[in-house]
Amino acid sequence: MTCFILIQNWEGKTRLAKWYMQFDDNEKQKLIEEVHMVFTARDAKHTNFVEVLNEYFRNVCELDLVFSSYKVYTVVDEMFLAGEIGETSQTKGLKQLSILQSLE
Amino acid sequence: MSDIVEKTLTALPGLFLQNQPAGGPAAAKASFSSRLGGLIRGITALTSKHEEEKLIQQELSNLKATVSAPTTTLKMMKECMVRLIYCEMLGYDASFGYIHAIKLAQQGNLLEKRVGYLAVSLFLHENHELLLLLVNTVVKDLQSTNLVEVCMALTIVSQIFPREMIPAVLPLIEDKLQHSKEIIRRKAVLALYKFHLIAPNQVQHIHIKFRKALCDRDVGVMAASLHIYVRMIKENSSGYKDLTGSFVTILKQVVGGKLPVDFNYHSVPAPWLQIQLLRILGLLGKDDQRTSELMYDVLDESLRRAELNHNVTYAILFECVHTIYSIYPKSELLEKAAKCIGKFVLSPKINLKYLGLKALTYVIQQDPALALQHQMTIIECLDHPDPIIKRETLELLYRISNAQNIRVIVQKMLEYLHQSKEEYIIVNLVGKIAELAEKYAPDNAWFIQTMNAVFSVGGDVMHPDIPNNFLRLLAEGFDDETEDQQLRLYAVQSYLTLLDMENVFYPQRFLQVMSWVLGEYSYLLDKQTPEEVINKLYKLLINDSVSSETKTWLIAAVTKLTPQAHSSNIVERVIQEFTISLDTCMRQHAFELKHLHENVELMKSLLPVDKSCEDMVVDASLSFLDGFVAEGLSQGVAPYKPHHQRQEEKLSQEKVLRFTYLALSFSSSGFTGRQSPAGISLGSDISGNSAETGLKETNSLKLEGIKKLWGKEGYLPKKESKTGEETEALPIPQESIMENVDQAKTKKDQCQVLTQSKEEKEKQLLASSLFVGLGSESTINLLGKADNVSHKFRRKSKIKETKSGETAHSHSMTCSSVSSLSNVSYDEDYYLNTLQDRGDKELKKFSLSLELLDSEPLTELPLVEKLSNCNLSAPSLFADNDMEIFHPPQSTAVSVAKEMSLASSFLEETTECIHSNLMEVCNNETISVFSYKIWKDDCLLMVWSITNKSGLELKSANLEIFPAENFKITEQLGCCLPVMEAEGTKTFQYSVQMEKPFTEENLSGFINYQMMDTHSVQMEFSINLSLLDFIRPLKISTEDFGKLWLSFANDVKQNVKMSESQATLPSALKTLQQKLRLHVVEIIGNEGLLACQLLPSIPCLLHCRVHADLLALWFRSSCSTLPDYLLHQCQKVVEGS
Repeated sequence: MTCFILIQNWEGKTRLAKWYMQFDDNEKQKLIEEVHMVFTARDAKHTNFVEVLNEYFRNVCELDLVFSSYKVYTVVDEMFLAGEIGETSQTKGLKQLSILQSLE
Repeated sequence: MSDIVEKTLTALPGLFLQNQPAGGPAAAKASFSSRLGGLIRGITALTSKHEEEKLIQQELSNLKATVSAPTTTLKMMKECMVRLIYCEMLGYDASFGYIHAIKLAQQGNLLEKRVGYLAVSLFLHENHELLLLLVNTVVKDLQSTNLVEVCMALTIVSQIFPREMIPAVLPLIEDKLQHSKEIIRRKAVLALYKFHLIAPNQVQHIHIKFRKALCDRDVGVMAASLHIYVRMIKENSSGYKDLTGSFVTILKQVVGGKLPVDFNYHSVPAPWLQIQLLRILGLLGKDDQRTSELMYDVLDESLRRAELNHNVTYAILFECVHTIYSIYPKSELLEKAAKCIGKFVLSPKINLKYLGLKALTYVIQQDPALALQHQMTIIECLDHPDPIIKRETLELLYRISNAQNIRVIVQKMLEYLHQSKEEYIIVNLVGKIAELAEKYAPDNAWFIQTMNAVFSVGGDVMHPDIPNNFLRLLAEGFDDETEDQQLRLYAVQSYLTLLDMENVFYPQRFLQVMSWVLGEYSYLLDKQTPEEVINKLYKLLINDSVSSETKTWLIAAVTKLTPQAHSSNIVERVIQEFTISLDTCMRQHAFELKHLHENVELMKSLLPVDKSCEDMVVDASLSFLDGFVAEGLSQGVAPYKPHHQRQEEKLSQEKVLRFTYLALSFSSSGFTGRQSPAGISLGSDISGNSAETGLKETNSLKLEGIKKLWGKEGYLPKKESKTGEETEALPIPQESIMENVDQAKTKKDQCQVLTQSKEEKEKQLLASSLFVGLGSESTINLLGKADNVSHKFRRKSKIKETKSGETAHSHSMTCSSVSSLSNVSYDEDYYLNTLQDRGDKELKKFSLSLELLDSEPLTELPLVEKLSNCNLSAPSLFADNDMEIFHPPQSTAVSVAKEMSLASSFLEETTECIHSNLMEVCNNETISVFSYKIWKDDCLLMVWSITNKSGLELKSANLEIFPAENFKITEQLGCCLPVMEAEGTKTFQYSVQMEKPFTEENLSGFINYQMMDTHSVQMEFSINLSLLDFIRPLKISTEDFGKLWLSFANDVKQNVKMSESQATLPSALKTLQQKLRLHVVEIIGNEGLLACQLLPSIPCLLHCRVHADLLALWFRSSCSTLPDYLLHQCQKVVEGS
């Protein structure tokens, strides 16, 4: 089971945090810091997940994502539910997302 | 995974771009963007955390004003929510906005609703009280005709929902399982999965619907249902064996590429689905040859197909390997799996190497030789630049540690420890080091030095058990008194040396350990006088960096040393300085010292030397205060009543039990809740979800070659190891490798040694010292014995922990509380009792008598019968419990009659206790095996009787029960019967105890016999045991009920609809009494009190109240899971009949 999903930038600023288990605020902050320490301690080319997102945030536009942060959450919610992967098909996931998007 | 995120994110900007319509909305959006954007830019521009804090506080107070203003529109509210989410994400408290998030979800249009739900799911936790306000909205949205609203409601339910409100939405969600849209069905399944996670008993009745979901025509829905199955199978794999075929077929289809291409990922067919299925198969095939055989083919194919070089295929391979090692072994598959692990381990890619190490840690128990094959790679990984690889390697070493390689492994762990800064890693590592040190310490010096390192680094973050256990070990000692004294003396000397060093700061916990040891054992010193020791302690006492808690430990040590000191200058100085201390606690200690110091004789008798392990005689009744009390009473003071008695009186004044009040008073009484009785290895739990299995695996593994060093039998020093002290890290000589390592491998190693460079040689030597004792032979030889030793140790630590709560608070003058357990004999019962909550202990005081149902006839227990029957070969034959329609196949009517008469004669012999009907569990032409249960007061007695139907003589008939995780099975009589006479009958009796609560569980075993010296025949059977087999009535008075009720922490409430035939309280209670064996304590108006206990002695109380045709059930117990299980049973009998 997934316990949490975090997206951070290189500086350790949290860009998205989704918790699937109950933590109190102190535990959350501690986890965020330790996750950051672990990832920055590793060589950049070994951190695939964080690396992809960092590349994306830097080159595409970090602010774009932050402005629409709740949409990123929507993406996460469509893919994961209750700490487990819910949608394994990309095409289907994107279809559902575009339906949600059309509401705006 | 990363790629899926990547692709989805790449698609996002497109989505955002579409979303730039002109006109009014755009303006609003722009202002929103700029507001949040402004905030973010502002934060980015800041340089210090302090400035950020100021800015966010400012932002939060603005937001607070906006959200509470009545003029704020929903659209503005939505924007506020997004900003609040951002602040909350950064770790600031935005709780004022929670209620507005719920309102937004209630009132907003689709988009606003979505943001409202999102905010709720991010802000609130499962037990948040505000969550109740969301229930109505969810119910409304679930009934909506708009699919998007239904989706949102299902999404929020799967994320966060109050447990007690599940019944309100459950029927609606069950309906959705038949919805025409697959996305709705899929989300409904996930919502049910969530319910299964938080309240398994609530969804037990819809298992049949899960099966439907598993067969759903949509792959997504089927895949979602697997999440539920993984969990259910993990809990009770025997109940789902019949599905093995289906899972295998599904996996075959997936692997064969029969699924829609939608589910392909990098042209790998549905990888996540494959992984789930592999996990399920691993659980189903564990220790089960027949089931495992069904899956060999498909596992082989999975291994073969997963060839593409892509991360996701590696994940599949890893899962495959794990499954192959979990199920009943097949050599070809094992070979392939080992090859696969080898590829991983040797890969230059970090992620693959990591997977390889992880796989090795999993399989090390079954296949230690595999670790030997890769020993050089493992050594290289120890110096790998990547910290994750390093950490995993240490985990692996931890699992292969034994008495021979302990020095090197601990040294490696300490090296890593000194580099680490993360708290979780430190806590985890020091826990492991301390555990290994206690278990395998080769000599005194090494042990003390290792523990010194643990205390200096672990300091104030380590698990409190570590210092407690260490002190207990020192204090209790072992059989050899001189060895004990040497260890203590070494500790004292080592601490004095440490304290001599200037400008070194030790963690508070370490100082506390030092002061206790110095206080207790300084008398062992020859050269230094007590005055010198006191002087050192005094220096710490006046040091500002020492905490006041540590100072109380220090002054306690000074007090203990004072009677031994000849001159008292320094003591007087301590008294002088600290009797005027501003710290009340210190001042009290100083005054105690002062008064004791004035009366040296008293002081000596109070603080005897080396008596920390002996119990102090304390006048617990405080009889010396009798005069004072009598005086008070004579002046008209009310007599003292204990807390619970006062409660009780209040209750009886109100005549009826008012439980709302009880609940309140209970929570305010500061009940500390359940203490997890996990031992010192708690520290290693942090290493992730492998910890549970890890502990189990290590249990048998790391004990290989253990020398009994720290067992209860005594400290057994190995004299040869004395030389080891000077040559600490030197490897074990080559011969010892020869002994332990696989022969062929060793030869190869030796050839290599000749041609190796110096550096390589060093590594080789390191390897030989690390992997010594890992060979397969030593594993087998030493396993049994070794296990014993560790078990003892663990058990002691657990008992220790139950006491440690008290220990921690009492810095008594002697600080000897650590020792209070020293002379307890740790028999099984004591162990069990100490593990239970305080509630249980209290229960004992009431000396409750138990009873079985007052002679209810057997047939009154149809439920138990039904449950026990479900797994039998021909269940329909037993449907109405009538013995006469009992027709074992392939036997003549005459022999049946004979069997019956024979078998039932056993029943007659044992009729003092209630027992079940006789039923056949298996048979063939020769024998029939019957079984019945006897519900004895203190256990469940299972009786199997084997009847020989043939006219031939049977030899060595034997019956064995497979060990089961949840049961403790004890054989009652000898059960091997050398010759079974023709048409004879033989019975076997086993008493069964439940180790942890469950609903139903199979107990299986086999019977084998030999016929006329020809062939031996083996037959397997299994019997279903239900929780109810272990429930006994608990006869207590209403008064005791009240007391117990207050002391229990775990409760569960639920309303149950009664069937029409019994919609009155007395009839409902009668049903519960008859079918569940609950004891009716009292009936008060429309309320009833019942009590029962789960064997051996876990009590559970039930309060029920009738409203029209609803029965409100309220359970309380000292056990956290029992109420849930019982509720489920009650539901069945009350609703069902």
